[in-house]
Amino acid sequence: MENKTEYKPFEVDQHLTAHGNYWAGKAGSRFFTSLRDKKKLLGSPCKACNKVFWPPRSVCTFCFGELKDMVEIGPLGTVETFTLVTYSEPIQPRTAPFIYAVIRLDGADTGMAHFLDEVEIGKVHIGMRVQPVFAKDRKGNILDIQYFKPL
Amino acid sequence: MKRNVAIIGGGQTYHAARRHDVDQAEMVNEAVRAALKDARMTIDEIDLVILGNMEFFEGVHLTDCWLVHGSGAYGKQGVKITTGGTVGATAVCAGAHHVASGLFDKVLCIGFEKQEEGDTGAILSGVANPLWGRSMAGAAVGYFAMMGSSYIANWGATEEHSAMVAVKARQNARKNKYAHLKLDITIEDALNSRMLAWPIRMLDMCPASNGACAMILADEKTAKARSKKPVWIRAMETAHNEQFELDWRDVKTERLIFSKAAAGRLYRKLGVDDPAKYFDVFEIYEPATWAELIWYEDLGLCGPGEGFRLIEQGKTNIDGPIPVNPSGGVLSTNCIGASAMLRVWEAALQIRGDAGEHQVPKDVRRAMTTAYGGTNWTVMTALSKTLED
Repeated sequence: MENKTEYKPFEVDQHLTAHGNYWAGKAGSRFFTSLRDKKKLLGSPCKACNKVFWPPRSVCTFCFGELKDMVEIGPLGTVETFTLVTYSEPIQPRTAPFIYAVIRLDGADTGMAHFLDEVEIGKVHIGMRVQPVFAKDRKGNILDIQYFKPL
Repeated sequence: MKRNVAIIGGGQTYHAARRHDVDQAEMVNEAVRAALKDARMTIDEIDLVILGNMEFFEGVHLTDCWLVHGSGAYGKQGVKITTGGTVGATAVCAGAHHVASGLFDKVLCIGFEKQEEGDTGAILSGVANPLWGRSMAGAAVGYFAMMGSSYIANWGATEEHSAMVAVKARQNARKNKYAHLKLDITIEDALNSRMLAWPIRMLDMCPASNGACAMILADEKTAKARSKKPVWIRAMETAHNEQFELDWRDVKTERLIFSKAAAGRLYRKLGVDDPAKYFDVFEIYEPATWAELIWYEDLGLCGPGEGFRLIEQGKTNIDGPIPVNPSGGVLSTNCIGASAMLRVWEAALQIRGDAGEHQVPKDVRRAMTTAYGGTNWTVMTALSKTLED
């Protein structure tokens, strides 16, 4: 319930539009060009921690070591967790319904969220094996992987 | 302070308009590694990480979270700070408070900005009051143009005086290997540079830089055990003004605006009578030439209306009696989230005698630094070589 006022509350409309362009850095630049040009996915291994990071990075989160090598990971992966989105809002990247899943690529120790398509929701389960579907016109963007689908 | 706090290490990136070779985490990491190396420490020894940048300048929030691998904050206690242009100094101030409290012994403070990645002009308009100011808001030039306009009208300074500040900054920057604008310019070049908003010309303004700075603060016991040249934080002070309190642009005001209020309180804490004599070097936050002249007056380095005489007489030159911004200052390098921290770090380097080519020739035992946040508030930090200074 609004408070009663002796005046008519007035609203001022303002908008901010801000663009960004992000340099992908030492590891990210190699990841995106490899994805775009070769459909190959790269992760960053830390030998000291025996971990492979996806998304790739040039510093180990755990031991602060500098990571200079990259290794091919995936393209097959495993669903670690998932959800079915059933509400639509302008902020959503897609119109509902659609499935989000955290996918851990083979050879990587960390997972990332992506879309999971070409599957009935009742059949999705943790541990499900999946493969990426690459975009035909790849631009060097994480959506160069259009979505994952079951094997 | 409850416990004495020292700066026991620090480092910075090379600052530039383009850093296409690194992402934000990698750029931050360069400064953190430099600071750890300088302090001869490993990241494991750090108790707390304080990270600061200009809010949403790169179009990202929670930079403390997603830069964690670059900052080294993984699994540690941490705080993110955003206070506008002051943020780098606020990070140091907050770090010093944490050490002084006795709760933390070794604190890593980081300030960064990758200005090339975001829509900084658009985001800066968000600083303006959405009801009253935003519809007219541009970036920072207009603010300082009004300041310069008032300064000229009230004190009788000329464009030559601001040009002198422009030249001093860029000539000093040529001695600082990390600085962004290392320009070999003359008074004539400054006066002939493009007019942006009278009386501000292109060379009267700071650049948009990419870069980071990191500093390590420690308690007295750690500092004495681990550092050959600890630099002591002796006093810190902040003060706010209100956005529509126009006094800060009226150079003749006798009201106690933020800069004078903070300086007065800091001087009282330290028992400073004559700041121009008490401090051996100043690193101040001057995004525009006119701001430097006004800082001279607000800091009490001269009387009201005499700031432009100081620059005219060369008193604030690197080899002058009151050296101001031997590093080249914000006019030469403005990676905003790092800029106010760079003032403190550059002052610490002067006290250590490690400033290299831009080391001031006289003995430096005490230094004073300032910051601007939206020009409505300031953070000031006073440093000394020993606890007896």
